[in-house]
Amino acid sequence: MAFLFAQFLTGLANAAALFLVASGLSLIFGVTRIVNFAHGSFYMLGAFIGIYLMEILPGAVGFWGAIVLTGLAVGLIGAVVEMVVLRPIYRAPELFQLVATFGVILVIQDLALMIWGAEDRLGPRAPGLRGVWRIFGEPVPKYDIILIAITPFILFALWYLITKTRLGVLVRAATQDREMVGALGVNQAWLFTGVFALGSALAGWGGALQLPKGGADLLMDFNIIGAVFVVVVIGGMGSLPGAFIASVLISVLNVFGVTYLPQSTLVLMFVVMAVVLIIRPYGLLGREEVAGEHGQVGAPETPIRPYGPVGQALVAALMLVLALLPLFADQFMLILTIDMVIFALFAASLHFILGSGGLVSFGHAAFFGGGAYAAALLVFHTDTPMELAFLFAPLAAGLLALGIGWFCIRLTGVYFAMLTLAFSQLVWSLAFQWRAVTRGDDGLVNIWPAEWLSGTETYYYFALILGVGGILFLRHVIHSPFGYALRAGRDSPRQAEATGIDVKRVQFVAFALAGAMAGLAGGIFVFAKGSVFPTELEIAKSFDALIVVFLGGVKTLAGGVVGASFMTVVEDWLTRLEYWRLLLGLVIIAVVILMPEGIVGTLRTLWRRIRNTDEERV
Amino acid sequence: MSEILRVENLKKSYDGFVAVNGVSFSVAKGELKALIGPNGAGKSTCFNMLMGQLKPTEGEVFFEGERITGHKPRDIWRRGVGRTFQITGTYQSMTVIENVQMALMSHHCRIFSFGARAWKLYREEAFEFLETVAMQDQADRPCSILAYGDLKRLELAIALCHRPRLLLMDEPTAGMAPSARVALMQLVADIVRDQGVSVLFTEHDMDVVFAHSHHIMVLNRGELIADGDATAVRNNPQVQEVYLGGGTLFMEETHA
Repeated sequence: MAFLFAQFLTGLANAAALFLVASGLSLIFGVTRIVNFAHGSFYMLGAFIGIYLMEILPGAVGFWGAIVLTGLAVGLIGAVVEMVVLRPIYRAPELFQLVATFGVILVIQDLALMIWGAEDRLGPRAPGLRGVWRIFGEPVPKYDIILIAITPFILFALWYLITKTRLGVLVRAATQDREMVGALGVNQAWLFTGVFALGSALAGWGGALQLPKGGADLLMDFNIIGAVFVVVVIGGMGSLPGAFIASVLISVLNVFGVTYLPQSTLVLMFVVMAVVLIIRPYGLLGREEVAGEHGQVGAPETPIRPYGPVGQALVAALMLVLALLPLFADQFMLILTIDMVIFALFAASLHFILGSGGLVSFGHAAFFGGGAYAAALLVFHTDTPMELAFLFAPLAAGLLALGIGWFCIRLTGVYFAMLTLAFSQLVWSLAFQWRAVTRGDDGLVNIWPAEWLSGTETYYYFALILGVGGILFLRHVIHSPFGYALRAGRDSPRQAEATGIDVKRVQFVAFALAGAMAGLAGGIFVFAKGSVFPTELEIAKSFDALIVVFLGGVKTLAGGVVGASFMTVVEDWLTRLEYWRLLLGLVIIAVVILMPEGIVGTLRTLWRRIRNTDEERV
Repeated sequence: MSEILRVENLKKSYDGFVAVNGVSFSVAKGELKALIGPNGAGKSTCFNMLMGQLKPTEGEVFFEGERITGHKPRDIWRRGVGRTFQITGTYQSMTVIENVQMALMSHHCRIFSFGARAWKLYREEAFEFLETVAMQDQADRPCSILAYGDLKRLELAIALCHRPRLLLMDEPTAGMAPSARVALMQLVADIVRDQGVSVLFTEHDMDVVFAHSHHIMVLNRGELIADGDATAVRNNPQVQEVYLGGGTLFMEETHA
């Protein structure tokens, strides 16, 4: 019993930092509607800056002073990021800002590497709190007890700030209706900056407070962001007490998980999140997000049409160039193009449900990697002929999407995104930890194509035909009655339901179709590389697809494909350099600011403007 | 006249607050019937229960003699009930005519068709519906740039697509200019006359209500206080109390 209680206390102590970071994320999302992927980076900055300050400030006063100053410093950094990167793009389509925050992650990662080096740092112990206290005979670190004691005060302080002060009233009002708050004479720009700074500061404090228990390293940004999203979603978006309960729940479960179910640690919190969302679709203390509640942001999408003669000729010319590529390109160029086609199909499949369906999936890699693994497992374990195994890739991914979609489709907005993320983590941890079948992170190797497809040139044509075929098929579906019904359900679910369309069923089928197409991309991928590793199922892979879809332009049909091609080429150039993340991050931020409608969308707007001015002259 | 819609003892309560309290009425075939009442009387709640957007706490709804209480909106639509909303919900990313085509595709059960080009399907048929509401000139404009009154007319065209036998219109003329209101309701009256559609509508504009409806129902605080023709409703003291606090505007009108 005493041991269990001690374990429980450790969990409670771990919850402190998690709660701080999560409440910051929740606050930022509530007011600005930005899903801030970079929140983990602010947490990491908090840790590094905290160590630096603790080294120069002596004694107990210095230690606690350093923590307070760290939060202020990180808050300041957050304010700068908000003003420079985010402020120019608030009018962009919803969720577009997350691409910019992804760029910020990359920039901060490389800056931290430049400044503090690659070595992990151990956090200094808190002065005067080095030892343990014995509780029921079990040793509990003194610092843990202090953390447990101060967390309720932090919760109370935040609660007081949000519910009792003028700033809190503004924040809550902005959460409900930004436009109205603006109309009442509140300077929205500064309110957003202030909230973003406060949220960042909370993350910074979280990073500094956990120092005596952990330390600082360059992976902690990604390591915490998953847990933070889980906490915010389980608690209910925008609910502080919810975030607190969820932090405690997740931290305590984690401590017990490590002790009793070590093989489950990676997935435990995502299982909890999935269960909570299936039972309570809006989190423990959250409330339903009414669609369109926050108003349409940005220009409405223009009606779609299949390409006219000019567009068709351009596509045909591009196809011709791709078909003739082996005649004049070298081996390396062909492989790069295969990568491009695979990524383009993967992105197009996400774009299909995201653009036309309005379903933002954060876990699309489950289907790409799922397809790749399905084919690889067949070849690896049963020596299935490649042709058959290849067909199995889209089939298995489609079935997986049917299964996952059945749970996810009933949710909307950010909750849908989070549940897809949870399921993709489940699939990932299966590949990672079920070593007997998947060989874990050793991956499945020697998965080569059949004899007749084994040459690079032949496989290039194979990839080209299937990849481009898949993309064209998706485009065809977008222009079909089904594609229209999908957009109808996105534009106005109420109207669609009131005119006989079963919106959820349409979305469910579209989700499965997108999954199958991502699986097809995975199938082409696995036989091109000859191997597959759990990295293909990672969150980062899902985010890659998400980023290129937004970069290309959500509200355009070619967005996914163009974004993927752009990204493949840029990454190929940049990764040869030392600080490529920094440069890639800057490129992403630049594209986001200069082209708020995405590459295709902004080019289209420019093109129209040029044509219009011509007409005016005539 | 036989009845097309019958509502029995319809009730909706939220945590003790009763929004609609035991409302019973019927709509006859070919009838244009208005449901009026002050703000918050429960008109929209009533409509949402008829069309399935809300589940009634108690009571039953029958359409053509069959029970439709608590059915999904899309099922009720398939049975032949059309609906327009107080705040329009058209598809912003489509053109005007595509909005109509979408409803036609649904009506012809082509939702799960993956082969055809949607923008070519039922175009002529859709054009005819746009002509009915005099929107044919704007057929290929993006829906997102339409004026509000035009959106209302488009919504009516969409609602007519599956040739409904009953049309529920929630404030069809809200937010329109006075002349446009009269024109739209005249259009609805013509459709009722020509196609034999029954219409139940809510409205705030009394000119519109008294000029066009065959029968008028008055709802107040969730309860039906009058159901009859224009004269009967005008002379109903309870209605006068509700609308005018005992004033005499209606009376003067009848004398005039």
